[in-house]
Amino acid sequence: MKALTKKNLLILGSILLSFAIVQGLIMAGLLNAFYEITLATICINIILAVSLNLVTGFTGQFSLGHAGFMSIGAYVCAIINMEMRSTSGFLLGIFAGAIAAGLVGILIGIPTLRLKGDYLAIATLGMAEIIRVLFLNMEITNGAAGLSGIPRFTNWPWLCLFTVATVVLINNFLHSSPGRACISIREDEIAAESMGINTTKYKVMAFAIGAFFAGTAGALYSSYFYIIQPGRFDFLKSIDILVIVVLGGLGSMTGSIFAAILLAILTTFLQSFTAVRMIVYAALLVIIMIFRPKGLMGTTEINDLFSRRPFFGKKDERIE
Amino acid sequence: MSLLKVEKLTKSFGGLTAVSNVNMEIEKGELVGLIGPNGAGKTTLFNLLTGVYVPSSGQILLDIEGNVKELGGLKPYNVTKSGLARTFQNIRLFKDLTVLDNVRIAMHQNVKYGMIRAFFHSNKYFEEEARMTKEAEDLLEIFNLSGKKNELAKNLPYGEQRHLEIVRAMATKPVLLLLDEPAAGMNPNETAALTGLIQKIRKDYGLTVLLIEHDMSLVMKICERIYVLDYGMLIAAGKPEEIRNNKRVIEAYLGEEVSHA
Repeated sequence: MKALTKKNLLILGSILLSFAIVQGLIMAGLLNAFYEITLATICINIILAVSLNLVTGFTGQFSLGHAGFMSIGAYVCAIINMEMRSTSGFLLGIFAGAIAAGLVGILIGIPTLRLKGDYLAIATLGMAEIIRVLFLNMEITNGAAGLSGIPRFTNWPWLCLFTVATVVLINNFLHSSPGRACISIREDEIAAESMGINTTKYKVMAFAIGAFFAGTAGALYSSYFYIIQPGRFDFLKSIDILVIVVLGGLGSMTGSIFAAILLAILTTFLQSFTAVRMIVYAALLVIIMIFRPKGLMGTTEINDLFSRRPFFGKKDERIE
Repeated sequence: MSLLKVEKLTKSFGGLTAVSNVNMEIEKGELVGLIGPNGAGKTTLFNLLTGVYVPSSGQILLDIEGNVKELGGLKPYNVTKSGLARTFQNIRLFKDLTVLDNVRIAMHQNVKYGMIRAFFHSNKYFEEEARMTKEAEDLLEIFNLSGKKNELAKNLPYGEQRHLEIVRAMATKPVLLLLDEPAAGMNPNETAALTGLIQKIRKDYGLTVLLIEHDMSLVMKICERIYVLDYGMLIAAGKPEEIRNNKRVIEAYLGEEVSHA
């Protein structure tokens, strides 16, 4: 099996080790509820950021509607889970939520992905708002009050499993021929189409895959926090996800993961300085973007740092 | 029927007719040149042939072993699937990707695994990726680029970027290759090398080639037939020596002689 290379075994080993350490800390009661929430937020944000990165960073389609897909996953999972209060109900809920989000992704992607750049951003923003307003007015979602009393099945092992699965699956996709087709759209759409790539198909595909995983993240979210309201999936939530992606680097998987962790730690750390919290947060974002305008990682991945591509300031680029 | 038959092809942008009533025939295995002064409509004609523009009127018929297909109005990716591949006048490589990935992307239409296998990296995935990488390296070898397969395309010198464009077009396994000013910006030595390479790939892969070029040394040397466009209209067609002495062609390039002084 080619999948069992030394490198993959090393990655698997380190994932299992970090899982075991955190699990041990939780069981020993050393991790208080506050840190546990931070941990859950990190995992959910990693899934959201990595899936948005597929759409915006790799395929080059600027989407501001990721929270909309997240909310679909959250509501579908919550409704199913409240009917079937069991682990199988929880898993069915996640699956149904992700599929529903993916299908809506296809439906919305087909008309909106004809647009480019800023126009696409506005269109996706609008569609996320439509989803939010729908949830706000539907009976089954209980309007503005939202759903409460959702059974909690999301815990560290599930979070870890779904986060790792998302990262591995999207990474696999990007290193395949359909994945390269998506990246070629970001690089040069006209050339991609002239090389035999059905650009509309791959844009919609990337959009649907991104929506699918955003739905997964939403499902995990609803089952972790007991309560969901339409207001939690508004425009600002989409921006939060976009900030992670841009900060990590458009087109870098590891960048998104680092940024999700970094921002969660930063938010946690700043909790004690309530008055200046948002100012410091914003100032730090500005400073990072000034010194690393392409995000923390640019388009490089962590393993590139040890191999071919130069990381800090490419000299030849400046000459050109 | 000839491999490519263009009949009364016209494209107007509002009041401007960029290509007007063009008739063309290209036989299998030919190397045909398309020349004309700047703004004559050469690239527009290429864009019509490759599906970037939809013709205002006229037909583009591609005949592959008796299978006649109308290309006018098809999307570019379907035109490419039918067997036409092109390069671009102003280089359009996937700049931030490696040389190898540039070529492998062009092979995508012939890949035999789908989305599910892409997600789970099945054995079929590894087989196909190995095959593609091998084929891509073989193509790069012809243009002496295989040593640079892991370089980013944007870091290649200009001449090699032009070569990579041709390799990328070849990777789609075309029957007819359209080259849009392949020698633009090259020095005479580079042009000579390129001339040799075009002849080589044409022979080795049984390709038919249509090329736009301003470098007359290249055009006159390798083209078997030449079409001349001016103001969107075909003003001459024939062998290089005929074109060289054609009065209308000379007028188009140098202007009319003043008859009364």
